[in-house]
Amino acid sequence: MSSNRINWFKYSSPATFYPLAGKLAPWFTAIAVILIMVGLYMGFFVAPTDYKQGEGYRIIFVHVPASWMSMFIYLVMAFWAAMGLVFNTRMSGMMVQSLAPTGAMFTFLALWTGAFWGKPMWGTWWVWDARLTSELILFFLYIGYIALHSSIDDNRRADRATAILVLVGVVNIPIIYYSVQWWNTLHQGASVSVKSGSSMASVMLISMLIMAFAFWAYTIAISLARVRSIILERERDKQWVSELPEIKQ
Amino acid sequence: MFKAFYTVVMRDLLLAVRNRSDILTTVFFFIIAISLFPLGVGPELNTLREIAPGVFWVAALLASMLALERLFAIDYADGTLEQMLITPQPATILVLAKVLAHWLITGVPLVLLSPLLGLQYDLSSEAIQVLMLTLFLGTPSLSLIGAIGAALTLGLRGGGVLVSLLVLPLYIPVLIFGAGAVEATVSGLGGAGHISMLGAIFLLSLVLSPLATVAALRVSAE
Repeated sequence: MSSNRINWFKYSSPATFYPLAGKLAPWFTAIAVILIMVGLYMGFFVAPTDYKQGEGYRIIFVHVPASWMSMFIYLVMAFWAAMGLVFNTRMSGMMVQSLAPTGAMFTFLALWTGAFWGKPMWGTWWVWDARLTSELILFFLYIGYIALHSSIDDNRRADRATAILVLVGVVNIPIIYYSVQWWNTLHQGASVSVKSGSSMASVMLISMLIMAFAFWAYTIAISLARVRSIILERERDKQWVSELPEIKQ
Repeated sequence: MFKAFYTVVMRDLLLAVRNRSDILTTVFFFIIAISLFPLGVGPELNTLREIAPGVFWVAALLASMLALERLFAIDYADGTLEQMLITPQPATILVLAKVLAHWLITGVPLVLLSPLLGLQYDLSSEAIQVLMLTLFLGTPSLSLIGAIGAALTLGLRGGGVLVSLLVLPLYIPVLIFGAGAVEATVSGLGGAGHISMLGAIFLLSLVLSPLATVAALRVSAE
C-alpha cells in the first residue's frame, strides 16, 4: 500500500537532499545564464522603442520580473515556513534561510530599477506611492527575517521563530499586488494580467517573460547552492557529512 | 476563562501601579518627542499644523514600541510566563489580557494626553477629536502587533533594537491610516474611510495576533 505512493518526505532529509541539490544546481545555473542572455538581447535589441516612453522603458525587462520574484520568493518562503511549523522538517527552515537573501536582493533590485525608471518618466527618483511604500516594507521584512535568524544561536529555534515572522508578514503580499488597483496613485497599473491579457507588444511581452523565467532559474540555482552550504554548516557533526567525497579529501 | 483574563489584567495593572516609573517613562518620552519637533522645524504655526498628525503618530509608534520590551520580559525572567503557558486556560486569553493591560498602561495615557499636546500645535478642535479617535483605535493595534515582536525576541541579545526592526514595518499601515485620517479631516475631505481602515486593522490584529504571539512565546520559552 504505502510502497505505491510517492514518498514526499524522501528529500526532506538533508542527507538525501544535499546530493540532489548538487545535481540540480548546475542545470539551473546553465538555464539562467542562457535565458538571461537571450532575454537581455531581445529586450535591448529586438523589442521596438516605445512611442511614448522612448528607450527608457527598457528597464521594465529587469524591473517587472524582479518585482514579481520579490513577491513570489516571499510566498515560497511562507510556504516552507508553514511546512516547517506543521511537519517539523529540518529542510524547510534551511530552504527559507537560503531564499531570504535572494528575495531581499530582488526587492532591492526592483526598488533600484524603479528609481531609475521613475527619474525620466515621473521626474523624481522616489514617490511615496502605495506600491513603492509596500515594496519597501517587503524589503524591511526580508531584512527583519535575516536579522532575527542571525541573532538566535540555536538554529532550530531560529527556524521556528522566523517562520512565525514570515507568516505574519505574508499579509503584505496581497497589499503590494493590489495596491495599484486599490489606490489610484502614480505607479501605473499592471502591464500583464491573466484576465485581460497584456497591454503591450508581444515581442516586449515575450522578452519580459523570458527574463522572468531566467530570474526563476537564477533563484532556484542560487538557493540550491546556498542551501548546500547551510546543510554542511548545520550538519557538520553528522557522519554522512564526514563521508562525503568532497569533505574527505 | 473570563476569571483568568480578569486576574491577569488586574495583576499586570497592579504591578504597573507599584512600579510607576515604567508608565511615566513612556508618557514622558511621548511628550518630549513631540516637543522636539517645534524646536527642530521652527515655531511657525502653519507648518506645525501641517506636520502635527504625522508627528503625533510617529511619536505614538515609537513610544509604544519602547514599552514593548517589558510586555513579557519580566515574566519571562522570573518564570511566570512558563507557568502561564502550561495553565489549563487557553494561552491566547492570557496573552490578550496582558496586551490589554499593556495598552491601558501605555496606550491610553497617550490618547488622553494628545489633546493637550494638540493645542501646542494649534490644531482645531475638530482635528483634535479625530486625532484622539484614531489614537484610540490605532494604539490597541500597535500593542497587539507589537506583542508578536516582543514574543519573538524574548531573551535574545540586542532584543530592543531587533524588536524595532521586526515591528516597525508592520506598524506602517496603522501609521498611514492614522495620520491620514487627521490630514483628511483637516483638509476637508473627511477621514471616515481612513478610520474604517483603522478599525479593520484593529479587528484583524485582534483575531490573528494572539495566535501568532502564543506560537512565538512557545518557541521562545522552550
